[in-house]
Amino acid sequence: MADRYLEADTPELRARWGAFAFNPAWDAKARAAIARYPEGRRRSAVMALLDYAQRQIGEETQTQGWLPIPVMEYVARYLDMPVIRVVEVATFYTMYNLVPVGRFHVQVCGTTPCMLRGSDDIMAACKARGMHPGHTTGDGLWTLNEVECMGNCASAPMVQINDDNYEDLTAERLNFVLDELAAGREPKPGTQEPGRYTVEPLGGPTTLTQMVSGNHDYRGEW
Amino acid sequence: MPKVTVDGVEIEVPQGATVLQACELAGKEIPRFCYHERLSIAGNCRMCLVEVAPGPPKPQASCALPAAEGQTIRTDSEMVKKAREGAMEFLLINHPLDCPICDQGGECDLQDQAMAYGRGASRYDENKRAVTEKYMGPLIKTTMTRCIHCTRCVRFSEEIAGVDEIGALYRGENMQITTYLEKAARHEMSANVIDLCPVGALTSRPYAFEARPWELKKTLGIDVSDACGANIRVDSRGREVLRVLPRVNDDVNEEWISDKGRFQIDGLTRRRLDRPWIRRDGKLVAASWDEAFAAVAAVRPGASVAAIAGDLLDCETMFAAKKLVGALGSNLLEGRQTGMDYDTSSLAAVNFNSTFAGIETADAILIVGSNVRREAPLVNVRLRKAVRKGARVFLIGPEWATTFGGEFLGDDLSLLGKLPGHVAEALAQAERPAVIIGGAALARGALGAGLGLASWFKLVREGWNGFNVLHLAAARMGGLMLGYAQPGGIADLIAARPKLLLALGADEVDYARFADSTVVYIGHHGDKGAHAADIVLPASAYTEKAGTYVNTEGRVQFAEKAVFAPGDAREDWTILRALADALGVPVGFDSFEELRAAMVAEVPALGVEGLAGYGALPAGGGWAEGTFAYPVKDFYLTNPIARSSPTMQRCSAELLHGEDFAEAAE
Repeated sequence: MADRYLEADTPELRARWGAFAFNPAWDAKARAAIARYPEGRRRSAVMALLDYAQRQIGEETQTQGWLPIPVMEYVARYLDMPVIRVVEVATFYTMYNLVPVGRFHVQVCGTTPCMLRGSDDIMAACKARGMHPGHTTGDGLWTLNEVECMGNCASAPMVQINDDNYEDLTAERLNFVLDELAAGREPKPGTQEPGRYTVEPLGGPTTLTQMVSGNHDYRGEW
Repeated sequence: MPKVTVDGVEIEVPQGATVLQACELAGKEIPRFCYHERLSIAGNCRMCLVEVAPGPPKPQASCALPAAEGQTIRTDSEMVKKAREGAMEFLLINHPLDCPICDQGGECDLQDQAMAYGRGASRYDENKRAVTEKYMGPLIKTTMTRCIHCTRCVRFSEEIAGVDEIGALYRGENMQITTYLEKAARHEMSANVIDLCPVGALTSRPYAFEARPWELKKTLGIDVSDACGANIRVDSRGREVLRVLPRVNDDVNEEWISDKGRFQIDGLTRRRLDRPWIRRDGKLVAASWDEAFAAVAAVRPGASVAAIAGDLLDCETMFAAKKLVGALGSNLLEGRQTGMDYDTSSLAAVNFNSTFAGIETADAILIVGSNVRREAPLVNVRLRKAVRKGARVFLIGPEWATTFGGEFLGDDLSLLGKLPGHVAEALAQAERPAVIIGGAALARGALGAGLGLASWFKLVREGWNGFNVLHLAAARMGGLMLGYAQPGGIADLIAARPKLLLALGADEVDYARFADSTVVYIGHHGDKGAHAADIVLPASAYTEKAGTYVNTEGRVQFAEKAVFAPGDAREDWTILRALADALGVPVGFDSFEELRAAMVAEVPALGVEGLAGYGALPAGGGWAEGTFAYPVKDFYLTNPIARSSPTMQRCSAELLHGEDFAEAAE
């Protein structure tokens, strides 16, 4: 995991984000999130609110969004809770970006199953396109990070780009996805393996074959 | 009451006890870092692992496991030994081997437990983690690489202090303890995290690199920075007090002390009066003791003498002065320096009757004219505990940042006579209602109205006395017990125009009102009192004399002498004894033991440690009105010792007045 750090609390940052407030659409969602919790436990909505704040900033900046210090303070005020508790949550979960990211936040899974299935090639392909882990490219398009398991081991290797997963990758398939994204089109999320729908076994099932056509009781055969 | 077996010994433990507590009851030592009796259970250090059956066949964290009927607990098995060695090895993986330069060395839990339960050597040869320093203010020095992530400091600031300012950022190995944006911790009790920290991550900044614990002489003392009478341990080396630590006393301070009580001690070596001074032609000139006594004798006061007691005095000093003034034929004694004149005919009416431990159990509390956080931080902690148990708190007075919520009703004392309906209802329906009258309300004559509330809401009932007065001066209750109160307050002394005025460490008096008197200041710091004095006799501070103190609960406590006073300064009672000779009157004691015996003979309660009984609460009545301001303007600079302390001055400048001292990154 790349080292995470908080963006420095500078006057420029305050000037840029000090006046942050939810716009009406996100504000309605925030109120709905808070309403899910009983009186006295409303701070539990902090995770949802941080996500909404990040997404609103994403919309404003045409990126995945991130959480500057003044925005965390805004969320703390919104929920009437100590800022340090908000910062604790934001720094704990890696899906909250603590520094600005590019238009597309490419998170390459490097955990064991993905690594065995070739995530090193995926990483190399990203680097070949000028990306560098923990950094945003000069054109502001790409931010690369290596992350831990995203739970897509059956269709490894995978990357997560903003809200979508792209699985069963090879360097060529990744390049295709990235090209499409860069061109403003929307490549199909999920598996990139032709003929595969989700994470079903490639080439047909090898176990429980009799279950394919109908329900079958295997218990007698055990 | 579950019965459990610990290492083959069957014991009965209280309902709700944890396995760790059960082991302790059985006399077994369980090593721990994150577990602390007064904080919530975190269970993250894994040092307290024991073997428990029935249960999974693996070591269990005893601090977070409830003791249950029939459990068999082993703390001495091979599995437990290995588990402890393993936990210790992991804790030490990222802990630097800098014990020789660490201030915690010699009193470090990690050091001690590594000796007792560790493997003896590390198998780890990778690079250790390093963490950048965090700024936590002028009192707390940080070396965050040493942090073992026990989160005691986080839990203290959230649960006890009530100011969420310390948190744990990031996760796993990268977790870092910090204050928000590395701002200074802004709380009156913040330095207690230094004691809580089991390693050298948070240490005392003023005490940094001063001494090793085994070099220090430990003396039991009583804190005089406020009227709570916190139990302290004074650590000294040679003639210097190097630090003050809290002692455990569940009735008074639990195991906390305020930052002022802890850190004002560097004022003990500064601005000290270490020789007598006599005012000649408007300037104070250094003199010898003989010259000074001769100068006092030359006043020939006859019976025209009065004494004002300061806020930090022990009872013995006040009693010796009382004897001297009495021998000269006067009874003009006063300790309420700022002119308060509340009725002291019954001391029960000016006492914190609930006791500190008792106020925790109150379920409705009305605070009148007290900024408790600044005036008595230890009581503030108790109030927070009461609120966490469900108490409702209402406050009358200008608003301040409470750590326990509470509802401000307004700042006019006339509210006492016409409490809002919901407040009256809450107090009337409470099982243990309490009223706390603060110094600001006393000064505005609200004591009678407060006593009126006491009878109206039946604050005194079976097993409960909810009427409380919260004083600010460590010497107040002792002074009142010894008769340091005139019906008209200090105005009576002014009206009497005494020829000789003994100012015993009295630094808050308006001496301009005593322009005709010869003011003899007997005290330890060159503060306001010494500036106004005609003759200055150097005396001892609270660490330099044995003495009896009575806190605002009426709790009599004894302190011992830690160090000698500097230079020619003497213990207060010897000065007063010598003054008696100079003035040619007998006072009836020649030694400290005789003085104390005479004092106890006159006020027997002062001879017994514990709560002094003051009898029944008198009936009250009366009317108070008007707004007021709280007497503590600057928490860190309330007494002459603190005003002389560079640490307290910096706290005042940085934490209260917002000056920026944050250190530039290196």
